[in-house]
Amino acid sequence: MSKKSFRQAINEALRQEMRRDPTVILMGEDVAGGRGGSAGTVDAWGGVLGVTKGLYEEFGETRVLDTPITEASYIGAAAGAAVTGLRPVAELMFVDFVGCCLDQIMNQAAKFRYMFGGKARTPLVIRAMYGAGFNAAAQHSQALYPLFTHIPGLKVVIPSSPYEAKGLLISAIRDDDPVIFLENKVMYDVEEEVPDEPYAIPFGEANLTREGDDVTIVAFGRMVGMANEAADRLAKKGIGCTVIDPRTTSPLDGETILDCVADTGRLVIVDESSPRCNMATDIAALVAEEAFDALRAPIRRVVPPHTPVPFATVLETLYMPSVEKIEAAVTATMNHRVKEKV
Amino acid sequence: MTPDITPITMPKFGLAMTEGKIAGWLVEPGTQVTTGEELVDIETSKITNTFESPVAGLLRRHVAANGEMLPVGALIGIVADAAVADADIDAFITRFQADFAAASDAPGGAEAADEPVMMQVGAHNLRVHDRGAGDGTPLVLIHGFGGDLKNWMLNHAALAHGRRVIAFDLPGHGGSSKDVGPGTLAFFADVTAQLLAHLDLPRVHVMGHSLGGGIALTLAQVQPAKVASLALIAPAGLGPQINMDFINGFIEADRVRGVQDVLKYLVHDKSLIGRRMADDVLRYKRLDGAEAALRTVAAACFPGGKQGDDLRPVLATADMPVTLIWGQADEILPVAQADGLPGSVTRHILPAIGHMPQLESATTVNEVVEAFIGHEVATA
Repeated sequence: MSKKSFRQAINEALRQEMRRDPTVILMGEDVAGGRGGSAGTVDAWGGVLGVTKGLYEEFGETRVLDTPITEASYIGAAAGAAVTGLRPVAELMFVDFVGCCLDQIMNQAAKFRYMFGGKARTPLVIRAMYGAGFNAAAQHSQALYPLFTHIPGLKVVIPSSPYEAKGLLISAIRDDDPVIFLENKVMYDVEEEVPDEPYAIPFGEANLTREGDDVTIVAFGRMVGMANEAADRLAKKGIGCTVIDPRTTSPLDGETILDCVADTGRLVIVDESSPRCNMATDIAALVAEEAFDALRAPIRRVVPPHTPVPFATVLETLYMPSVEKIEAAVTATMNHRVKEKV
Repeated sequence: MTPDITPITMPKFGLAMTEGKIAGWLVEPGTQVTTGEELVDIETSKITNTFESPVAGLLRRHVAANGEMLPVGALIGIVADAAVADADIDAFITRFQADFAAASDAPGGAEAADEPVMMQVGAHNLRVHDRGAGDGTPLVLIHGFGGDLKNWMLNHAALAHGRRVIAFDLPGHGGSSKDVGPGTLAFFADVTAQLLAHLDLPRVHVMGHSLGGGIALTLAQVQPAKVASLALIAPAGLGPQINMDFINGFIEADRVRGVQDVLKYLVHDKSLIGRRMADDVLRYKRLDGAEAALRTVAAACFPGGKQGDDLRPVLATADMPVTLIWGQADEILPVAQADGLPGSVTRHILPAIGHMPQLESATTVNEVVEAFIGHEVATA
């Protein structure tokens, strides 16, 4: 056990699974990086943010494949490799690039099991960076997990910390269905204790990172850390928050969310994806339908405005959910008073 | 730090840039620059870009020469007022470079001394937490089925006065490697003996809980010379009965709530079992090989749903002092198993306490054990 960054935790998961299972391969743009950089060596990049660094050197060119900048071809190739016996982990770099290869994911990989009479397995993992807050502008900042969650046949994973990232990626690689594994690009240097041994965190089981009696906060990925901080600040003011990290949006652990709402009667959902048809609307609908009588205040959503992610730093900050916005939403639900009917 | 000196550092163009090359300075030292004025061309692996001055002032130095490759954040130039002496600038550069090198090399701080460490002992990689110092005979703590060294969190430091107290994770448990061989008490007793040899401890007090108590008894049976005394907390081996709902439930539970329900068997005060504790157990159970190890141990030690080892004869013939602590309300191993033992065994039956007195009644357990082994030191 030692402190590892989000980046190291993901690298370790890939390395350990590649050692354990020779059918695990990596594909993507710059996962090795060819020959380049100041040293002019192979594995110069190790991924655009260094996540796959060192894997080319250990596993070589037959298992760490640098691809051309053609998402449609290599994501399609990865789906085909998966259905014919390999366990590819394909890196899409920025999730925003899914526009170039959505057919391969949505109409091919996600459908194989269902359209081949259950006889096909598609153990494919697609890793991608998501999220704003990096000043990377509108084409490199989106949080597109609702898009994947909408497609039956895909599993969608959003790790919220280094420990979660390692265990969830190992589960993703061992899973026989296509898994979209989304890494928040602002989190790569976040550190925490991560076991050295391999371990698998099951999909569809939410994690409670805080426990309190007054308000349930559901948050995804990087938002979990913000929700925790808001919960800690609110605890000092005497407001107890339960923070739920669902870990996966598909499958979604609705049971835990409903149980917690039954206990607290108030719900705040923090979702950094665009606000229309996102996870916040999905969970709000679930709770409104299944736990209406438990609610003591309207459900609040802490979400960005429905606009492309702005590039200007001040506007990007304004766009993003924040600890302060979460605190304000929780306080608002606490202050809600049911109006008397006249 | 002189406020009149402003360092110019290697910028970060875009997400992926970690280093850049000085492609060519556009301004010579001694030139007055304005904010936003083109200062230097920087070449990265993707592009060459012109770096605009982030400040206004007199450019005094090029610290990095044309063609030099430097990491992001490295010092490349100095802007300072004409009044600042060259010696002050030299001192500033020296200090900056030293700090920058230190920050780049920092491995994340020195390791704290009071932490568990990994130790290769024979075929096993064991997590061992060695605390305390002194002339007293060392004490070794052996946890039970599915436990780890954190089971002693309320006892370990409290007992580590005037002696070393060593807790470790058994193979298959906690942070130790997960191969448990045949999974028998004899196997674990042998690993414990190997650890003692590895630590160069010829003779120790042994405190064991539950399965760890059975391991302690087995060690006393096969290597009596190594065992100065036995402190046994609800030990295995003193009767056939065991709560297999706990054992099987512990092995099979894979969700927080299920684990939480199973852990409630361990204590009398059920409110002690929080979600955090269940989370911790799940973190262990998710490790590759953990569940298989537990299954092997359960099959070897509890065949047919009963304890397979009868260690009462060990107590009948043991030469070393033995004390026994048992919770009256134990739901895993019934307290009746503490009956009918030789009179030399001192017994402490704790009312309204479950299977983990060291947790539920830590102060009492620590006092009993302190008095027990303290007495041994006095009479040894």
